[in-house]
Amino acid sequence: MFNRGGIVNIRHVGHHAIDSVLRLGYATRFIALTLLHSGTSFRRPRLIVRELYFSGVLSLIIILVSGLFVGMVLGFQGFHTLQTYGSESALGVLVALSLVRELGPVVAALLFASRAGSAMTAEIGLMKATEQLSAMEMMAVDPIARVVAPRFWAGVISMPLLAALFSAMGVFGGYLVGVVLIGVDEGSFWSQMQNAVDFREDILNGVIKSCVFGVAITWIALFEGYDAPPTAEGVSGATTRTVVTSSLVILGLDFILTSFMFRGV
Amino acid sequence: MERSTLDLWVGLFVCAGIGALLVLALKVGNMNGFSAADTYQVKAQFDNIGGLKVRAPVKSAGVVVGRVTGVQFDNTRFRAEVTMSIDKRYQFPTDTSASILTSGLLGEQYVGLEAGGDEAMLKNGDSITLTQSAVVLEKMISQFLYNKAAEGNTSK
Amino acid sequence: MATENLVEISGVSYAYGKGRPVLTDINMTIPRGKVVAIMGISGSGKTTLLRLIGGVLKPTHGQVKVDGQLTNELDSEGLYRLRRRMGLLFQFGALFTDLSIFDNVAFQMREHTNLPESMIRDLVMMKLQAVGLRGAHQLTPSELSGGMARRAALARAIALDPTLIMYDEPFTGLDPISLGVIANLVRRLNDALDTTSIVVTHDVQEALDIVDYVYYLSEGVMVAHGTPDEIRAARDPRVHQFVWGEMDGPVAFRYPSRDFRAEVGLV
Repeated sequence: MFNRGGIVNIRHVGHHAIDSVLRLGYATRFIALTLLHSGTSFRRPRLIVRELYFSGVLSLIIILVSGLFVGMVLGFQGFHTLQTYGSESALGVLVALSLVRELGPVVAALLFASRAGSAMTAEIGLMKATEQLSAMEMMAVDPIARVVAPRFWAGVISMPLLAALFSAMGVFGGYLVGVVLIGVDEGSFWSQMQNAVDFREDILNGVIKSCVFGVAITWIALFEGYDAPPTAEGVSGATTRTVVTSSLVILGLDFILTSFMFRGV
Repeated sequence: MERSTLDLWVGLFVCAGIGALLVLALKVGNMNGFSAADTYQVKAQFDNIGGLKVRAPVKSAGVVVGRVTGVQFDNTRFRAEVTMSIDKRYQFPTDTSASILTSGLLGEQYVGLEAGGDEAMLKNGDSITLTQSAVVLEKMISQFLYNKAAEGNTSK
Repeated sequence: MATENLVEISGVSYAYGKGRPVLTDINMTIPRGKVVAIMGISGSGKTTLLRLIGGVLKPTHGQVKVDGQLTNELDSEGLYRLRRRMGLLFQFGALFTDLSIFDNVAFQMREHTNLPESMIRDLVMMKLQAVGLRGAHQLTPSELSGGMARRAALARAIALDPTLIMYDEPFTGLDPISLGVIANLVRRLNDALDTTSIVVTHDVQEALDIVDYVYYLSEGVMVAHGTPDEIRAARDPRVHQFVWGEMDGPVAFRYPSRDFRAEVGLV
């Protein structure tokens, strides 16, 4: 992109931009095909169950442990700050709202993208590179219906569940630090939290966010794998792109969704 | 991996996830949204509603009995018209008074109902006539200063 | 109405996009029941031909007729139906790495038929028996040697008793014993199952021993064809260099460069 004079080559920038738009169009066609060919996944739920294991169950450990740690840190930091205003009893509110509205969906999504998303990309990229997808096509089995669609639905189902688990563990972590360790009053911890966290406004919005993230991450991961150049460098580049693109998209979508959902409150 | 083991783990995972959602919904949040069927609508007009928002609670004797569902401006009388949904279980006399109060010193604002003594009860669509507006801090301060000044004059 | 030729390729040319054509004006017939070899050096367009026969690619000119049907007239449903009657052995096998060989061979049966599991089990065992791997049925591809993996892929290719079996470089990277095994299996299975086979390869000696007819491609053009004996006796220098493995000939030994003495500073 830079020529010897150090000036940005405008033609290259334009070229990259057009490439990105073309790629986005291809990606949209890809996801449309995936949705259209999802009939097989629903007729044979076994396929989705298998993928649920690989993307959901195997991500459990990292989600639960991270959730616990995040909750505990929130407990510490929250107490530290609230103490200056004499509002330590509001710690439960702080921890719960931060997790349910933002940290739960977003951090769980970032972790999911790194663990399960990159695994999906690598798996499909490798299947493409070793001609397994072509073999399937030659056997008159549609690889999108058989390989891509079940992974898509498994990702979409896993994401909100993992985000909920993250938030729940986080609240528990905050409780551990705040009530058990530091000594905030247990009663006011929970009662203020229950008063302040509204099911429709906060929890449901958080679930909607995680669903949207699930769709986005799985779409990106599957597309990058499917489109990867069938070489070792191609697949490794694709997995990196999955993680980077997913992370940026999650944070961007989070901004958009938050500005819609929490406007008037 | 054995099919049955796989199924077991996935089943546990989905259960745990739904369980977490339930825990969040029930223990962490509160789910007291009144469904529309169990409520009746009542209106009240105020000179100033202060910071009252839609979905603010309507309380009587400190207990939540309903929610504010709408805030409109009445252009003929130049007052704020507040619509409330009250739980059908609670009946209030027609001479009930409604005031806009603040929970705590700097908390959110809510509508407080104080029952009157009338025998007839409010029905769906009725209006509460006795209302007291929100206390606006600036007016209170200027009132206080004015009183202080007046006091200073009379004591002279 | 069965035609005498299973595959008829007439005047076919193909180019990827707007680039140089990979194949130019190819004419070929594959008679039923025969084993036909398509030979040529790397990059001569052999694999592209297989893709055209399988309907994965559509010719830019000419027609490809498989069992009386033109591939470019078939919609995706028709193509899938056609492919169910074909078996393809990919270079290096392309087995599904997350399934055991049993599941690999059973894959097509489970996807395309409603046979009960007990019947599928028997059929899979029969196919594995034919290639000598029945005892290894629960192993995964990563646990197999190269030769065994190739045989497993062969078992998978014949899973639904196809009408046409295509082999893409089946002898690549095999030790002499496995080479002999695969070559033998290609011939024996073709005759036992009464199918037609197309073998794309550049393994001259193994191929000439087992096939009935040979087509030789050079740079996308059909240069020679005939029985194995005719090919061995061919006078065309391109064919001769290929069959006898000569170091220099139409395919030059030296990459184009400037004069050697100028390069090392003698002139």
